[in-house]
Amino acid sequence: MTKTTVTRRGVLRTGAAAGAGLALPTIFTASSASAYMNEPTGATVTLGFNVPQSGPYADEGADELRAYQLAVEHLNGEGDGGMLNTFSSKALQGNGILDKKVQFVTGDTQTKSDAARASAKSMIEKDGAIMITGGSSSGVAVAVQGLCQEAGVIFMAGLTHSNDTTGKDKKANGFRHFFNAYMSGAALAPVLAAQYGKDRKAYHLTADYTWGWTQEESIKAATEALGWETVNTVKTPLAATDFSSYIAPVLNSGADVLILNHYGGNMVNSLTNAVQFGLRDKMVNGKRFEIVVPLYSRLMAKGAGENVKGILGSTNWHWSLQDEASKTFVKSFGTKYGFPPSQAAHTCYCQTLLYADAVQRAGSFNPCAVEEALTGGDSSLPGISSEANKGFLFDGLGNGQTLYRGADHQCFKDVLVVRGKENPTSEFDLLEVVQVTPAAQVWYEPDHPMFAGGSLGECNPGA
Amino acid sequence: MDAFLLQILNGLDKGSAYALIALGLTLIFGTLGVVNFAHGALFMIGAFCAVTLERLLTLSFETIDPTKTDFLGNPLKVKTPYVESWFGPETGAAIIDWSVPLALIFAIPVMLAIGYAMERGLIKHFYKRPHADQILVTFGLAIVLQEVVKYFFGANPIQTPPPEALRGSVDLGQMIGFQANAIIYPIWRLIYFFFAVAVIGGVFAFLQFTTFGMVVRAGMADRETVGLLGINIDRRFTIMFGIAAAVAGLAGVMYGPLNPPNYHMGMDFLVLSFVVVVVGGMGSLPGAVLAGFLLGILESFASTTWATTTLPGINQIIIYLVAIIILLTRPRGLMGRKGVMED
Repeated sequence: MTKTTVTRRGVLRTGAAAGAGLALPTIFTASSASAYMNEPTGATVTLGFNVPQSGPYADEGADELRAYQLAVEHLNGEGDGGMLNTFSSKALQGNGILDKKVQFVTGDTQTKSDAARASAKSMIEKDGAIMITGGSSSGVAVAVQGLCQEAGVIFMAGLTHSNDTTGKDKKANGFRHFFNAYMSGAALAPVLAAQYGKDRKAYHLTADYTWGWTQEESIKAATEALGWETVNTVKTPLAATDFSSYIAPVLNSGADVLILNHYGGNMVNSLTNAVQFGLRDKMVNGKRFEIVVPLYSRLMAKGAGENVKGILGSTNWHWSLQDEASKTFVKSFGTKYGFPPSQAAHTCYCQTLLYADAVQRAGSFNPCAVEEALTGGDSSLPGISSEANKGFLFDGLGNGQTLYRGADHQCFKDVLVVRGKENPTSEFDLLEVVQVTPAAQVWYEPDHPMFAGGSLGECNPGA
Repeated sequence: MDAFLLQILNGLDKGSAYALIALGLTLIFGTLGVVNFAHGALFMIGAFCAVTLERLLTLSFETIDPTKTDFLGNPLKVKTPYVESWFGPETGAAIIDWSVPLALIFAIPVMLAIGYAMERGLIKHFYKRPHADQILVTFGLAIVLQEVVKYFFGANPIQTPPPEALRGSVDLGQMIGFQANAIIYPIWRLIYFFFAVAVIGGVFAFLQFTTFGMVVRAGMADRETVGLLGINIDRRFTIMFGIAAAVAGLAGVMYGPLNPPNYHMGMDFLVLSFVVVVVGGMGSLPGAVLAGFLLGILESFASTTWATTTLPGINQIIIYLVAIIILLTRPRGLMGRKGVMED
């Protein structure tokens, strides 16, 4: 008779060994079955549209969602095809992406970083989204981009204008089609100097968060380089609703230009307040007082009503552009929804097509292959001599020739300087294009001080 | 000196809105004993009364103008408001131009009705419940109301400009002996301040000089005894709820031209108004008004460049800082009575 002794250590040891043995095959199957996160295995592929569906930017989010739905239709060969007809790359055939029908899930960012991360996470983990796109705030874009990098999916940013998105917070899995604060400053400053003269004193009111800071830094540097003096820069809380206490000191500050580094509700209210205080009728230093809004959005301009008339700013795209691609997009969007698309809708539509095209050309949904196709090329923008001038060059999406730059995953293209229209002919006709600033003028090197500090790192395929 | 006066004016202006909302809040608390977190939503609904009236006045019929095209190249549909075709283009345009002042008349019955429905339909069921329950249910109601407004009007702010004649600003400095352009202040902001003073004065006069007001004050002091005297105090308190709602609504209508209304403007004011009520003393009407103007002025001064450079961030915390100091030194607030919210 043998005596079996059961000891605690023995049980633990056996248990651990058995556990590891059981777990081993699943580890192997997991890695051998899918080479990357959420590899689509069926007849469909799922994209995740993460836009503000509630909160203050819900209207902009709704417009983004309309654009995404339109893009999905066009990718699947429905509708009139939109800008697939004008896009310089002809890889997409209207039969989905890599013959897989495109379907989508949506999330609500609420324009809050934590909510946006949670909705993106849920779309990646529960719905198997292979790519996340959208958003209407730089705070959100930076947060979601970080999450996508960790999770191993691609992030195609929506409306985000902070330098940091492709600057110190850039990520290998993240891509931005929208322009940025530096580009706004570089495009706007020469127009400001030409219209208002080089001897000007500027006063800045700035929204106190990542976008506001980089916007102020950019426009300040660009205007000072042209001879303007900066009288004062004041940070205003993002939650501020009444700006009278911030506007009143401007009156007797000696400044003759007010620059509002505000977006959304902040911009609507600060501009309304500034006009109320009679700033636009004021004469200072023998010159007419001027107000500048560096980043314009037509949806927001509508909220500011008559106050935008004559005020200069910049925008990524505007529906009144007369190139074939823009006209095609406006027709496609306008016929489906009854009104012209916003710049947020435009950038989101473009991002979806650009992603789909990159996958198609790469022949794989693997994020690393997508990165290579989207920005890894050797083509370059004409007229710019720089080592960093290489990536994927395309045309036919409404902004003219555009480079998706490899060094930081930022698009370089012409920037529109716009002005609030004096005599609008319709409720959409709020802005007029004053100048199309060529890409060469808004070009910067990837190690520019305003963008320094971060690194793309390695692409992460997840699994 | 001129900058100082400007900030005083700004403070009075901010204070006007705080005082009007806080007055209604404390009125409801003082009469019904309910902490009404939906009061900010009433302010917001008031502002949207102006938006609604403007939409009603600009209801239009469409005619096709074949000489012009819309953004898709189709013949342009020209909209003509019905009021312009009924009263002639000039009178019609003038009526639309004055839609915000007209909205005051429109808003009073609407707000009274909403206040009455809110009190009878929901809040009366929570009189005997703890304050925590009341806060939860009214806060929930506020969220429901703002989502309803968002559903119909969208999330973007909507312009409700003042009449053409009242836009722009006046040179106040010159009027009181300063040099020209020293103190320029928007006309509508001055109107807002005087409007607030008039409404506050009206509410006080109503409570002070009418029999109805006397009964309400008696009820606020000792509800049970007034009830025992055979007076239906509940009905009068319901009417006071309606009046408080109307005050918040009118404050909202008049606020629209200052900052374009959006669906969450009520929430922006709610927390501040509560601080105002607490600082003023729970249930004290003069306290609420005093604290409203006081905190408005303090907030204004804290937002000046001098203050934000000396103490960065002071503009965001000043109100709460003062609230803490006042509550530490005077636990019942500036003019609070003994026995309110104390067992």
